[in-house]
Amino acid sequence: MKLTGSEIFVESLKCEGVKTIFGIPGGVVLKLFDVLHQQNDVEVVLTRHEQGAIHMAEGHAKATGKAGVALVTSGPGMTNIVTGLADAMMDSVPLVAFTGQVPTSLIGNDAFQEADNIGISRPCTKHNVLVKDVKDLATVIKEAFYIANTGRPGPVLVDIPKDVTTESAEFHYPDKVSLRGYRPTVSGNRFQIKQAAGEILKAKRPVIYVGGGAVFSGAANEVRELADLTQIPVTMTVMGLGSFPGTHPLCMGMLGMHGTYCANMAMHEADLLIAVGARFDDRVTGKLSEFSPRARVIHIDIDPTSIKKNVHAHIPIVGDVKVVLKELVQVLSSMDGNPTSVKAQRRPWLKQVNAWSAEHPLAYQQEGKKQTKPQYVIDKAYELTKHKAIVVTDVGQHQMWAAQYFKSGLQRTFLTSGGLGTMGFGFPAAIGAQKAYPNKTVLCITSEGSFQMNLQELAVAAIYKLPVKIILLNNQFHGMVRQWQDLFYEGRYASSDLGNTPDFVKLAEAYGILGLRSEEPADVEAVLKEGLKHKGPVMMDFAIDRFENCYPMIPAGGAQHEMVLEDPPQLKTARKPSRKKGEDADAVLPA
Amino acid sequence: MEHVISVLVENNPGVLARVAGLFSARGYNIESLSVAPTPDATVSMITVVTSGDEVIIEQIMKQLNKVIEVLKVVDLTEEDHIERETALIKILTKQAQQRDEAIRIAEIFRANIVDSTPQTYTFEVSGDAGKIQAVINRLKPMGIKEIVRTGRIAIARDAL
Ligand SMILES: Cc1cc2nc3c(=O)[nH]c(=O)nc-3n(C[C@H](O)[C@H](O)[C@H](O)COP(=O)(O)OP(=O)(O)OC[C@H]3O[C@@H](n4cnc5c(N)ncnc54)[C@H](O)[C@@H]3O)c2cc1C
Ligand SMILES: Cc1ncc(C[n+]2csc(CCOP(=O)(O)OP(=O)(O)O)c2C)c(N)n1
Ligand SMILES: [Mg+2]
Repeated sequence: MKLTGSEIFVESLKCEGVKTIFGIPGGVVLKLFDVLHQQNDVEVVLTRHEQGAIHMAEGHAKATGKAGVALVTSGPGMTNIVTGLADAMMDSVPLVAFTGQVPTSLIGNDAFQEADNIGISRPCTKHNVLVKDVKDLATVIKEAFYIANTGRPGPVLVDIPKDVTTESAEFHYPDKVSLRGYRPTVSGNRFQIKQAAGEILKAKRPVIYVGGGAVFSGAANEVRELADLTQIPVTMTVMGLGSFPGTHPLCMGMLGMHGTYCANMAMHEADLLIAVGARFDDRVTGKLSEFSPRARVIHIDIDPTSIKKNVHAHIPIVGDVKVVLKELVQVLSSMDGNPTSVKAQRRPWLKQVNAWSAEHPLAYQQEGKKQTKPQYVIDKAYELTKHKAIVVTDVGQHQMWAAQYFKSGLQRTFLTSGGLGTMGFGFPAAIGAQKAYPNKTVLCITSEGSFQMNLQELAVAAIYKLPVKIILLNNQFHGMVRQWQDLFYEGRYASSDLGNTPDFVKLAEAYGILGLRSEEPADVEAVLKEGLKHKGPVMMDFAIDRFENCYPMIPAGGAQHEMVLEDPPQLKTARKPSRKKGEDADAVLPA
Repeated sequence: MEHVISVLVENNPGVLARVAGLFSARGYNIESLSVAPTPDATVSMITVVTSGDEVIIEQIMKQLNKVIEVLKVVDLTEEDHIERETALIKILTKQAQQRDEAIRIAEIFRANIVDSTPQTYTFEVSGDAGKIQAVINRLKPMGIKEIVRTGRIAIARDAL
């Protein structure tokens, strides 16, 4: 049977099991939206900005593990999703973004709303394709989903000219793809795995360093088996959180720039690193020349380019985390040595690790009458939602506090923008995650800087009745920027003071959303409880200590073990925010 | 060190931009680059000459392999191979004496004179980079008007 390109598009989405797409229409994609409008299998969420659409698709994808889908028009529609594509590329988020294009006959003529979608998106997609002939459309879509979801996941852009949406072709959705240039390696080399097992048995101070790859692979059980069997302490990157229970005795928490003292010290002193789907990002390694100086490295990653890129791997293993760890655990269990001897052998190292952890645990002090500490709000939110919530964060101090204090016990329940660090990601991504799981509690932990970058999507939360719980840690600062200025720019707050932020309670109310405000520590729990109980979306605006800094912190360019653990003395004395004339922030500070 | 890498790619529009973009985005050198069809119409061959230490070359190979439309990547520098480049060199030959000299140089280097006008000769010379440089050096005193080079191509020698 012959179908139009638009019908092929919709039928293909159905074949992929897509239930929701996010987007905004425009001239060249009207036909696609028209066909979508006349069916009920694929729901269109009309966002208020294309950046909202692409981050919602990311949130949907991060929560479910399956490619999120966005549909936007040519020109400005496409350029508005570029940040989301780059974000997804960095964080390996599976996405298929459909962009409209001017009719094939006009391409290259500077036609109305023409942009070189393929050229613009090439460096920030895993793959992209311009569909020139309606006959190719189904195959291109099939391949796009396949590429996005397999191997190291990532965003794929499919550019569809207007005439391709209207012309007809025979529809046949392929069962299989054959891409001769794309065959990800899934199972690891047996010999290398045996070598790795040998190293593990020899090691005296080993660390398991778990990254996002363990999440994409769904390998929480395997990570746990490896740790339990070998009694090796575990640390996670911000992207790996949830892969190992935060409450497990072998868990050292997050590592890196704002990681725990314990995790960073253990990394520094280790004689063996078992990197599991982690890419030795500079926020993790700190100064490379002093990174884990005594460690041999086993590196498991599905993407060969991640291996030996920043840090040399003595035993590289290309493959899927879950498959490789299964085999590694099998090999280890069949080797000599009984569990009690492993425990005995590991005792001195674990004793040292526990000592570090006791020496400088994550801590804050909430005094009753003083200002609310952001960590206190997060801690309370964690207590109230333990292991039941999906936490989605924006970017800044609040993100790092959330990573530190939310001891996620499950994968895909801590969603954040790590690699690109995209402010404005959090709220739309939370909406996307909520759309995927309408009955779960979804918390959006944000701050006024990030939130104001995509607040227009409040309309979507309200209209689609998506009960996202917004926890806005309001410091009226680009807090993370202010922290760097405090530490490295002698406290000159150049363009980091957000001063006149809007009244977020009223703002929420303007969209028909419940707004709650917490002004002091005594309010925190009540506001959280009321917000969590409420059936619809909620904006909870927490006035917090404006000058709280996030520690530990490895200063940029510093070595792993050179952490700053608290405000240096000069910061403990009074601080005055510098404000330009005419900016009267106090006027809108909650009284 | 210099490496000659051949990259077999799908013959799709935009593939060259993908490969070239990869080099520029990651700050890898391109010393020369040539693209041409192969006997299989669906496949093209890109030959890139690049340079870098071992770690960089390993990354380049892996990054190239990661491109979906790349089918095969071979670092020819690691094996016995033959390299060729062709140059077209236009020289000024106003005096008869220069013309005689030009013909002698062509003979010595087994270059061809493929075009001539009353004022110029055009040389075609093929060989490795060293030979082409030698010809250019010899012709320079006569006055070179223009040089066009193909960029290097290379092929592996098969074992006997
Ligand atoms: C303000 C700010 C502060 C930050 N501070 C920190 C910090 O203190 N600590 C920290 O850790 N991060 C921090 N980050 C995040 C940091 O920038 C990186 O995003 C993060 O460290 C990368 O995590 P990862 O190594 O797990 O890699 P990811 O980006 O998650 O990459 C995953 C890796 O796994 C591989 N992979 C994918 N799928 C599979 C599979 N199935 N099998 C095997 N391998 C697979 C991929 O090829 C890739 O190499 C911060 C970010 C911001 C914005
Ligand atoms: C789109 C974007 N622009 C700028 C930055 C640089 N940046 C990193 S953190 C930060 C401040 C974040 O402020 P806010 O959202 O209020 O969070 P806070 O640090 O106060 O918790 C800025 C400006 C960024 N990460 N993303
Ligand atoms: Mg802020």
